[in-house]
Amino acid sequence: MAIFVDHNTKVIVQGLTGGQGKYHGLRNKAYGTQVVAGVTPGKGGQDVEGIPVYDTVAQAVQATGATASFVTVPPKAAPAAILEAAAAGVTFIVCITEGIPAQDEARTYNTLVRDYPNVRLLGPNCPGIISPGKCNIGITAGEIAQLPTAKGPNVGIVSRSGTLTYQALYELKQLGIGVSTCVGIGGDPVPGTSFIDCLREFQNDPETHAIIMIGEIGGSAEEEAADFITAHVTKPMSAYIAGVTAPAGKKMGHAGAIVSGGKGTAQGKMDALRAAGVRVGLNPTEAGALMADIVKELA
Amino acid sequence: MDLFEYQGKQYFARYDIPVSAGGVATTVDEAVAVANKTGYPVVVKAQVQVGGRGKAGGIKLANDEAEVRTHAGNILGMDIKGHVVKRIWVENASDIKEEYYASFTLDRAAKQHLLMLSVEGGVEIEVVAAKNPDAIIKLHINPVDGLSLTAAKKAVVDAKIPAQAQAGVAEMLIKLYRCFTEGDCDLAEINPLILKPNGQIHALDAKVSLDENAEFRHPEWAEFMATIELDAREKLAREYGLQYIGLDGTVGIIANGAGLAMSTLDVVNQVGGSAANFLDIGGGANADLMAHALEVINSDKNVKSIFINIFGGITRGEEVAKGIVEAMSRVDLRAPIVIRLDGTNAQEGRDILANAGIPASKLTSKPTMLDAARAAVELAQK
Repeated sequence: MAIFVDHNTKVIVQGLTGGQGKYHGLRNKAYGTQVVAGVTPGKGGQDVEGIPVYDTVAQAVQATGATASFVTVPPKAAPAAILEAAAAGVTFIVCITEGIPAQDEARTYNTLVRDYPNVRLLGPNCPGIISPGKCNIGITAGEIAQLPTAKGPNVGIVSRSGTLTYQALYELKQLGIGVSTCVGIGGDPVPGTSFIDCLREFQNDPETHAIIMIGEIGGSAEEEAADFITAHVTKPMSAYIAGVTAPAGKKMGHAGAIVSGGKGTAQGKMDALRAAGVRVGLNPTEAGALMADIVKELA
Repeated sequence: MDLFEYQGKQYFARYDIPVSAGGVATTVDEAVAVANKTGYPVVVKAQVQVGGRGKAGGIKLANDEAEVRTHAGNILGMDIKGHVVKRIWVENASDIKEEYYASFTLDRAAKQHLLMLSVEGGVEIEVVAAKNPDAIIKLHINPVDGLSLTAAKKAVVDAKIPAQAQAGVAEMLIKLYRCFTEGDCDLAEINPLILKPNGQIHALDAKVSLDENAEFRHPEWAEFMATIELDAREKLAREYGLQYIGLDGTVGIIANGAGLAMSTLDVVNQVGGSAANFLDIGGGANADLMAHALEVINSDKNVKSIFINIFGGITRGEEVAKGIVEAMSRVDLRAPIVIRLDGTNAQEGRDILANAGIPASKLTSKPTMLDAARAAVELAQK
């Protein structure tokens, strides 16, 4: 078991003929992911190292039966690419594109909710998802993910920040702790998939025994997650929140990461998670060490 | 990007939102010229991006040229909460019958647009929210539908806007919403939104924050970009397309990804050091970008050591390493580098660095983030 994807997931890459799309699409394939097609308008009929390219998502889906898409196109084109995938019947869309205007993102998200309620969007501006040994969609280096074991305990990872997602995978690998699925939800203001969506899936996934959550300053997603954890999550958790030292009023790189009006502080988020019973580390390594404690207790 | 009031008003004017006639001035003489053209009385307003200008003496009424000279002279150069006033806005004074509040933002929790409207304008909305929350109505708007005139009219009635102002305020909301959406604002706020004795509705202030991700479709933002107040380091970083925020510590930071960069600041702080900056070289950073990042860090005189923290996903380790080698051949770095390199092609990157012939006094490699932070802080404190 894993959440959202597994070894049966067939993936198309929108933007496979571009530099990043080709690099990561081929890397995902080399990892063992079923990358069955690429889509680039005007380049239908070509192939990228044996992966057939189609003009439209609809053609690619019809030819291959893909249910997932990896969107790696520039910000101007990404909203249309996401909606094209949804219209073609893709039900899981991973968008790594950084720099989509917030207004476009809000419209795209709400269009999906209204017109394609069964479609899940992960991102934009996220590293993607990896279910170690089964499926890797996005830009995560597969070799840093520890394979889960049959009897566990295995850990699920959910993170708002790309590089901290890798950091979390790396910490667990150092500790020899297996990962069931690692989801990077992205740092933009309107993420398609929230902490809560992932926590619900991890709670229901028999292969996941504990959960690490990586948050950052800005917004209230971590506080909302804390409320959900209190009410619905029984699996043990550790967490880390980036940005303890971030000055107020400065956007820390991500469009969503800003402390304003005393809201969205790392301290407030850590307090909320601690109150929900989550063990909170002061840096990624400490969150990993706390997870090692949890795993020992579970074993 | 936060706009100054006068820029916000210029932006509002593009969307037919009525604002007072006026002009911006950087000298007393310019202020007088604007006032003489606008007609008296005028209001002289400090242009700083901080609240509480009025209380600090940054907003004054002037009835004639002599008063404009006095007030403009006092306000230009004034320090308001650490912001030095470089520009003033001089506008025709408005007669005010009533003051309201209106704003549009994105409610991230609801993932929808949010209208806030109140009959209690002219004071900070946070104060109203704390003292009399019922005086603010909140309306969520689905971005797919947008704001209809019917919904705007209902909001106006719900907010208890007086009958004579209802039609005008509803119309104003439609215009402000257009400015917010088509204008790609993160925030579009009017406080106060005034009712004049003649029944007209008018934006007396403007608070606008623009979404920089949408810059590609707004060539008109170029003039706003030109007034962004950056220090020399931030200016250089911006030219190179780097996400940089200047801080006042001694450890220069370069990381890939906003989260890792923030985390790097945190870890440096935890081991007893202080960061000189936040610098995210972003996803897919190449050799050239890394060299630029090092140049920016090197321009900061306070930097005593440089901590490069890279975890490769989209960013490839060998590119990072090439960039460091190139930067070191191009720029004479004043501070030693401590690097932690992991993830995609990390080993190739480490090999490049090890074989580049760089002396250990200039570059050390550490296996973990914490080890690297300790080493960088130790070097900074030498």
